[in-house]
Amino acid sequence: MAGYVVRRVLIMILLLLLLTMAVFFLFSLLPADVARLTCGKICTEQTLALNRARLGLDKSVFEQYWIFLTGLFFGRTFGEGPAAVVCDAPCLGYSFTRNEPVLDLIVDRLPPTIFLAMGAFVLFIIGGVGVGVYSALRRGRWQDKGVMGASLIGYSLPSFFIGLVAIYFIIIRWKLLPFPSYEPPWEDPVGFVQTMILPWVVLAILYAAFYTRLTRSQMLETLNEDYIRTARAKGLPERVVVRKHALRAGLTPIVTAAGLDLAGLLGGAIILETIFSLPGLGSLAVSAVLDPDLSILVGVTLVTATFIIVANLIVDLLYAVIDPRVRLS
Amino acid sequence: MATTESVEAASSASPDGPEEIKGRSLSQIAWGRLKRDKTFIGSCIVLLIVLLVAIFAPFITGLIGVDPYSLDASAISSSGGKPNGPWGGASLDHPLGVEWGTGRDILARLLYGLRISLLIATTATILVVILGTLFGVISGYVRGFTDAAIGRFMDLILAFPFLLIVLALSGAMTQRLTDLGVPEGNASRITYLILVLGIFGWPYLARIVRGEVLSLREREFVESAIAMGASAPRIIFREILPNLWAPILVYATLLLPTYIAVEAALSFLGVGILPPEPSFGAMLSESVQFFQLVPSYLFIPGTVLVIVVVAFNLAGDSVRDALDPKAVK
Repeated sequence: MAGYVVRRVLIMILLLLLLTMAVFFLFSLLPADVARLTCGKICTEQTLALNRARLGLDKSVFEQYWIFLTGLFFGRTFGEGPAAVVCDAPCLGYSFTRNEPVLDLIVDRLPPTIFLAMGAFVLFIIGGVGVGVYSALRRGRWQDKGVMGASLIGYSLPSFFIGLVAIYFIIIRWKLLPFPSYEPPWEDPVGFVQTMILPWVVLAILYAAFYTRLTRSQMLETLNEDYIRTARAKGLPERVVVRKHALRAGLTPIVTAAGLDLAGLLGGAIILETIFSLPGLGSLAVSAVLDPDLSILVGVTLVTATFIIVANLIVDLLYAVIDPRVRLS
Repeated sequence: MATTESVEAASSASPDGPEEIKGRSLSQIAWGRLKRDKTFIGSCIVLLIVLLVAIFAPFITGLIGVDPYSLDASAISSSGGKPNGPWGGASLDHPLGVEWGTGRDILARLLYGLRISLLIATTATILVVILGTLFGVISGYVRGFTDAAIGRFMDLILAFPFLLIVLALSGAMTQRLTDLGVPEGNASRITYLILVLGIFGWPYLARIVRGEVLSLREREFVESAIAMGASAPRIIFREILPNLWAPILVYATLLLPTYIAVEAALSFLGVGILPPEPSFGAMLSESVQFFQLVPSYLFIPGTVLVIVVVAFNLAGDSVRDALDPKAVK
């Protein structure tokens, strides 16, 4: 077990390193002018020249990558003389349009994204798995058919459409909630919940639809197994049969999907953050595309990809905990 | 998995057995099931209508006497550009109303938007099928180092946050395509969307195909082909590929609606289709400014989008159930 974990962590570090390389080269080898892409909307010849010097664009790509990598571990300085900017380790880059290290920008924008992801995650896991089990236990009856129909529609709804519909009815027509304006929960708890409740519910509906279908099909498979009949024959209460025997055995794919979805959400729910004007990672990325500010994009891509890779590892390790039949080796 | 049934069905049909026992191939069984599936027939009718409407959009709009580009100053108020009349100025001339400020016909824009949307989603899906099958077959057939290398490459692609990378690359890559000779504007943007959806989409399908090929390789009919000295291309094209179409078809039918939604989302975020060319995403994104006054701007394109996506998902679900040998109906 310990050996397996160590090996997986080493592979993960290698993959992360490969990823920084892939992201860096993908963006550096772009035929577009990198100096222009870090220059923002209002761009003068001086800023262009300055950015070229600061980013070391006259050096070879490999040298640039090496500087980027050392910056990640030891920090780096962009440019020289009075125009120089210092970026402390771990330096993911420096945004010249906002005059801030990319890491600071990301850390600033992380809380709304984390709150959105965690809240929606709790809702859609409880809702999706719960409804999925319910649907499986009533297989073929009208409740099951209703749930399946509803989940297929929920699964097909584009997030921006349902988000806008929610705003139209709940905020504009029925005036049940004020217009969203994000405040951290420690400053304005009521306003925080009022702003977050719609994106939470919208996100939860979209994801719960998928988990309902997944849980239902897993449950239908395990409920047909012989050991379920054995458990029932032993006289176990139905509740125990469903929870401890059927659901647990079918949990593995649900955990896989949940881990990856959570990681994806932590990287920023781009569309919903834009619609509900949440100042999270997703809306940071969108504004960086429109600016354009390549440094921010590289940083956000790296952070998000890291979440996904780490989530992959955690999910694999969780398998052994959930399913005793899985042996890590 | 897919072939078991067809092989058994075929072997049970002995030439001198009773007449009523007939061997049926998997596709015959699946087709028989689909013909009896009302959901499938219903969604196919919807999709057929959608497809015909998209193909004959210029003809239909010509018949009504509207087109998606021409401005109609008589349909909007001269001050402020508000459409005359309720429902976005719906009238006999403009059945679904006109755009705020320009007076362009909504129905015509919807139909032309459908064309572009289907064009992008279909072409990108075909690209995914080609790349996914190619790499999946190579990976599963050659195995060894090639398999491992392709596997790690896919891991890397899958670690990228998809929507973010599409956003991030959009500016520079469209510029690059323009440099390569693709006409500027929407032509290069459409090409970019197709390429990026295809390139970041194939690993999922490749994994499925690889798994199938790995198990097909061990089957008797492939072994006997190898024993008879068949060449690798012959085995791949004659023995393996014909057995792969079921999982590929299922994956493609479920991928297509996803891509329709993704294209709309990208246009919504401002990196997809540019006005005056119409698209669902752009129409929904423009609706945000006005939907308080003219809700039909939001609901008309949104509803059409949902209907198309739901119909594709329903059809895809039916195809999957019909091709599943384990499914009991």
